[in-house]
Amino acid sequence: MAPLPFLGVSLASAAAVYGAGIAVGNEYLYFASYTVAQYIVLATAWNILGGYTGYVNFGTAGFFAVGAYTSVVLHKTVNLPLLIMIPVGGLVCAVLGLAMGYLTLRLRGVFFAIATLAMAIVLHTLVVNWSFVGGARGAYIIRPREVMFFASYSEYLFAVMLLLAALAVAIARWVERSRLGRGLAAIRDDEIAAECSGVPTLKLKLVATTLSGFLMGIAGAPFPYYVSYVDPAGAFNLAYGVNSIAMPLIGGMSSWVGPLIGALLLGTLQQVATVTISSAANLLLVGVLLVVFVTVAPNGIVGLLQKVRGQSGARKKQNG
Amino acid sequence: MAEILLSVVGVGKRFGGFTALEGIDFQVRRGERVGLLGPNGSGKSTLVNCVTGTLRNEAGEIIFRDERIDRLTTHQRIRRGIARTFQIPRPFASMTVRENVEIALLYAGAPAGNERVPHGATEDDAHHILEEVGLQAKADERSGSLTQVDLRKLELARAMAAHPQLLIADEAMAGLSMGEVDEILALLMRLNQAGVSIVMIEHIMYAVMKFSERIAVLVAGRKIADGDPQSVIADPEVQRAYLGE
Repeated sequence: MAPLPFLGVSLASAAAVYGAGIAVGNEYLYFASYTVAQYIVLATAWNILGGYTGYVNFGTAGFFAVGAYTSVVLHKTVNLPLLIMIPVGGLVCAVLGLAMGYLTLRLRGVFFAIATLAMAIVLHTLVVNWSFVGGARGAYIIRPREVMFFASYSEYLFAVMLLLAALAVAIARWVERSRLGRGLAAIRDDEIAAECSGVPTLKLKLVATTLSGFLMGIAGAPFPYYVSYVDPAGAFNLAYGVNSIAMPLIGGMSSWVGPLIGALLLGTLQQVATVTISSAANLLLVGVLLVVFVTVAPNGIVGLLQKVRGQSGARKKQNG
Repeated sequence: MAEILLSVVGVGKRFGGFTALEGIDFQVRRGERVGLLGPNGSGKSTLVNCVTGTLRNEAGEIIFRDERIDRLTTHQRIRRGIARTFQIPRPFASMTVRENVEIALLYAGAPAGNERVPHGATEDDAHHILEEVGLQAKADERSGSLTQVDLRKLELARAMAAHPQLLIADEAMAGLSMGEVDEILALLMRLNQAGVSIVMIEHIMYAVMKFSERIAVLVAGRKIADGDPQSVIADPEVQRAYLGE
């Protein structure tokens, strides 16, 4: 399917989920679904650099928080509508991604991963000491009382995050199947061989960090409106970094479907665990699932399905 | 005499206190077949890496088609018409054989001045190149599962996809049987007949002598001989380097 029709399907799926949501009409459902959709965006964004290109980014929380704090700054200064704050947050994170890429992409493997983690820590320290955005105390965001066409602000945020998830998935699929995506896959497999095949590796990696940063930024931008109160501990939460890696790993990193499946599965399980057990069980759940998948299906659910399909295909060939 | 395609002038490269290359002068003319010999550690692969840009030379100049290229990135040099194969094959292991070739077609296979190749064109071109190297039956296999000889062929196919004017084959026949060596030799000959200059780095003397019009010899980072194969092999210094005092 060509990119534009796929974007149509993706948006239609988001609209169907939204329709099902308002049919139930439960505020908590909006709240929980927002989190799952937010993880679809984050996992998809992480996978563009981590899965397609093979560069593991431990700094997701940094990008997410910069998106969130961009909204805080805009709220306190010009108070733009959320739908404008989101692309602005994305652009700020895209620039951050480009800068991070330029400074760190000469590093590989574990050194790159540590550098991204260090970047998140530096950003966290900066925000903690920036009193304009509340510093360590945090900042309150008063949501608009009502929003046009929607029954409540939670419903509006739910619709916005579904839209962003649909866009992120469509972008990731387009990247995967484009000339860019094939170049990124070559970099992941063998960077020197890629360069010797004419692939401009540094340029492509910068495109990947910029795009990945943009998507993480748009996931973070609505966050202050979602929680009404944002502080460094919440915005830079370890869970964003861990989940955005775990979800593609569990779903499968080689394709756009993997992060989507991983985010739906793990995100939903976490929401169920939060209600039935405790939110403290969330990271434990991630840990257990990661151990299981690394052992049983190192290529994630998508890899496992491909393997099963390949085996049944080979059996059919033998019998035929 | 044909024009000079590649000119390496006074190239030097050090790794810490170790001098890998010192004052290397080396030329390749258009359409020429050159053998590059030398014992292990003599600097052959370092020279290839300096020419293709995987390593930066610290002294001297590298000129390709009248343009100084030693400050260009590797992919820029590849796009200007220099391709290489690796001593140890480096396939894109998660991709099929066809996809491996398509990467080079998409990124380096465009005619000069035109950076983009239409997507539809790559599949036909890849098929054609795989047919030429004898890998068409394995086009849809994962490249990670290929045999040694097929990996060598894939390296050549990927290099051919970049439409090179100069191909540097770094030990493209290492570990192959005599029959397989002849197969690769025939392939290189066909490429050369199509106008591609070839530098062959090889330890298999049978192949080097059969293939080369000219041979250059490196020993301990210095060029000790450069000329027609018979006289180079008869050179006492070359014999000393290979057979000892």
